[in-house]
Amino acid sequence: MRPTDTSNPKYFHKVVDCQYACPAHTDVPGYIRHIAQGEFTEAYMLNRKSNVFPGILGRVCDRPCEPACRRGRVEDKPVAICRLKRVAADNRDDVKHLLPVPPPSNGKKVALVGAGCASLAVANDLAPLGYQCTIFEKFDVTGGLMRSNIPSFRLPPEVLDDEIGMILDLGVELKTNHPIESMNALLEQDFDAVFVGTGAPRGKELNLPGRQEADANIHIGIDWLESVAFKHTESIGKNVLIIGVGNTAMDCCRTSLRMGADSVKVMARKPREFFKASVWELEDAEEENVDIIVNHSPKEFVIESGKLVGMAFELMEYDIDDNGRITDQRTTGEVIIPCDDVILAIGQDNAFPWIEKDAGIEFDKWEVPVVDEATFQSTRQGVFFGGDAAFGPKNIIWAVEHGHQAAVSIHKYCQGEDVADRLPDGQTLASTKMGIHEWSYSNSFDSNERTIMPHVSLKERFKKLDIEVELGFSAELAAEEVERCLNCDIQTVFTANLCIECDACIDVCPVDCLTITHDGEDEDLRTRLSAPSENNEQALYVSGALPSTGKVMVKDEDVCIHCSLCAERCPTAAWDMQKFTLHHPHAKDEAGQPAVKDVA
Amino acid sequence: MSFMTRPTARHPKLPVNELGLTVRDYEGGMSTLCAGCGHDSITAAIVQSAFELSIPTHRFAKLSGIGCSSKTPAYFLRDSHGFNSTHGRMPSVATGANSANRDLTYIGVSGDGDSLSIGMGQFAHAIRRNLNMVYIIENNGVYGLTKGQFSAAADKGSKAKKGEVNLQPAIDPCQTAITLGASFVARSFSGDKDQLVPLLKAAMKHQGFSLVDIISPCVTFNDHVGSTKSYEYTRAHFSPAIATDFVPPAEEIKAKYNEGEAMQVELHDGSHIVLRKIDKDFNPTDRISAMSNLQKNNAAGEITTGLLYVDESQAEMHELNNTSSTPLVDLPYDKVCPGNDMLQKIQARYR
Repeated sequence: MRPTDTSNPKYFHKVVDCQYACPAHTDVPGYIRHIAQGEFTEAYMLNRKSNVFPGILGRVCDRPCEPACRRGRVEDKPVAICRLKRVAADNRDDVKHLLPVPPPSNGKKVALVGAGCASLAVANDLAPLGYQCTIFEKFDVTGGLMRSNIPSFRLPPEVLDDEIGMILDLGVELKTNHPIESMNALLEQDFDAVFVGTGAPRGKELNLPGRQEADANIHIGIDWLESVAFKHTESIGKNVLIIGVGNTAMDCCRTSLRMGADSVKVMARKPREFFKASVWELEDAEEENVDIIVNHSPKEFVIESGKLVGMAFELMEYDIDDNGRITDQRTTGEVIIPCDDVILAIGQDNAFPWIEKDAGIEFDKWEVPVVDEATFQSTRQGVFFGGDAAFGPKNIIWAVEHGHQAAVSIHKYCQGEDVADRLPDGQTLASTKMGIHEWSYSNSFDSNERTIMPHVSLKERFKKLDIEVELGFSAELAAEEVERCLNCDIQTVFTANLCIECDACIDVCPVDCLTITHDGEDEDLRTRLSAPSENNEQALYVSGALPSTGKVMVKDEDVCIHCSLCAERCPTAAWDMQKFTLHHPHAKDEAGQPAVKDVA
Repeated sequence: MSFMTRPTARHPKLPVNELGLTVRDYEGGMSTLCAGCGHDSITAAIVQSAFELSIPTHRFAKLSGIGCSSKTPAYFLRDSHGFNSTHGRMPSVATGANSANRDLTYIGVSGDGDSLSIGMGQFAHAIRRNLNMVYIIENNGVYGLTKGQFSAAADKGSKAKKGEVNLQPAIDPCQTAITLGASFVARSFSGDKDQLVPLLKAAMKHQGFSLVDIISPCVTFNDHVGSTKSYEYTRAHFSPAIATDFVPPAEEIKAKYNEGEAMQVELHDGSHIVLRKIDKDFNPTDRISAMSNLQKNNAAGEITTGLLYVDESQAEMHELNNTSSTPLVDLPYDKVCPGNDMLQKIQARYR
């Protein structure tokens, strides 16, 4: 097999599981080390560089990083990455002086439709380069779905205002109560580029018998959450059924409890392993005594004297194969569950009634705009899409990354450059060796279990809608949790021609990552390693031929704890622990000027 | 040395042995030897062998004398019995321990300095007694702990780190042991666990004295050009004469061997050592053949490795002395110490 090409940043980037899984490629181990040093401001700014909204995301991020975290494979539970992010946001100092100062206008004007996370991320990247950004928002508040759909007991409005304010203060013009009703009209205005970040605002309908008659007591989840957020709705019936089991359903059920419901049931069509909601959101809902009922497929709304009194469900049974796929299903009966209100949380779509057919923007057969996955440009040059508006509902952190990439495109477009010709990712590797067996990171393994997030008591939290349930980690709890990070960005870098094959690294490795063996192809090598190598998602790091025997050094990256012992026990420094830094270009890099003061 | 404690993290898919233990359960503390020391590889091979044999960790006793080698018992089998004795005196302590409890597996770790100079007499007599133990010599040709003086195992003509040439002939522990009547003599290299682990397993199961002389390069004082115990020199002159496979009692011998190439030695517990000749002239069950071939290869500058000599028929110390088959530690107190009356009777016999 060819020796691993570590000059391509992708190899070491992939070893940093959390950073690789994060759509915005946040330098997670980097900011966790800052927190460990009590450098909350630096941790916050390092976060902000990639994900723009650390305080918001530290509470409500979908956390693709955590299921990816290596700690979850070494033991059970990943590092509480998301909540550490909040620690940085909660404890930071004022960062105003660290934010870019907008330069004089470069004369280019960008229209941003919707004041949600995608548009705000675009503005965050372009305003510091001199672009005049104008955000058009239909409501009288900013934040988009972050404000209207995420309940305030999970995300306090002050956090939103603070972080959105940082972007608006860069000289971004905000036009609230200003719905865009015609794309053509917008295009006729004096803008050099248009970005559409209008999200996926249309909740899916469930057309079953009785839907029309019971309309007064059937609510579309995201619309209902929005009307609660804007205080148009202040109560709900005693018995509430939530249809669907995604994260919106979790917000609906917990909000219902705060709107006066006594009994809330979340009705799922399939078994638990098929739920779309994140495990932690399910746990938080169940902690509040929400019933989650599986294998109930909605059949009809039951009406008595013109009023909703319950809902009929078919009881489902599934055959599931060894790969966890449903191979067959059948109904085994029917049941009616009484209720006063039903909330539908079965998905949402993006919708563009305001984009005319002749605007030059192509839509596909699902009525979704055709958008380039790398440049975020639509079929009409100069019109870009991002966030849920681009490829349907995802999450905030994806929207932020869309924003970064769209900003790159808008910059290149406005400068007359080819939007597809973008800077590639880069890397730097720097040794962390400080002396004999001393490293510039905390290399010893801490066996602590995952820190549990303290919550407001069940009695207290229902008193008001906006009592934030999670209290956040204290500095003391955070100090314990940070040590669980395995520092996956501190790479084990091997230099084959220095190796004398003394086996010291293999003998000392506590997690049996290393093997010296005869060369072979990946599949074959995996059968000959020190420990079973069953996780094909994780790479083998294969050296060139070793000088003494011509064998190769193979490292299975899967459960390496980056403890540095291989490097400490190596007599010839063939192993070194090197800090990997990913350079993931943003608009400022394309513009060739450091727009943000880099304190990290 | 590393300052950190051994991480408690484990590979989640680590295999378990018959006792449900993983190889990690057979480890000891973190090594304080120089990075790259051959001794650490030998430690790892002992750990691996003990794990594979599924011997409970508390059924081992590990003993040593003084030297870098003699520090290593701290790094394996943390739950076993241990005794770190004075320089060259490990065999006496091992003899005493073995006399009291014949049921443990004894691993003595010594070095070329500890065994071939100050401890030469003890080494020789432990062999003569056929003391049931594994006697490992971690052989690097120098006194590492006292800054790299030549040991008695240093080859004539080899060079010290600063260029001084050794003028005295080397003592070959394997030839010496065969001459003294040892029943199991093997040589290996710390850098070749494929060879070393089966040898150590066979040695642990052999009834009687098992000498395993292991070339173990000293990275700090004896891993340079001109050394005959360096990684590079050992690899270049490494000459496996006999390949050894250890087959546990209940297991069928599955590997296919060419006729005339393989020979089996059955051990007391019913396990087998399957020996495959790599050097055709070599017969490890014949003492004269073993000796003459060792001398011939030595003269040719080769480091002959493998199981060099084995004789399972020799009686070990307890058999020779007709001792109690129950270990003394398991006998009731009145049997071990029959009281004053009996003492008076015994003394009367000498009056």
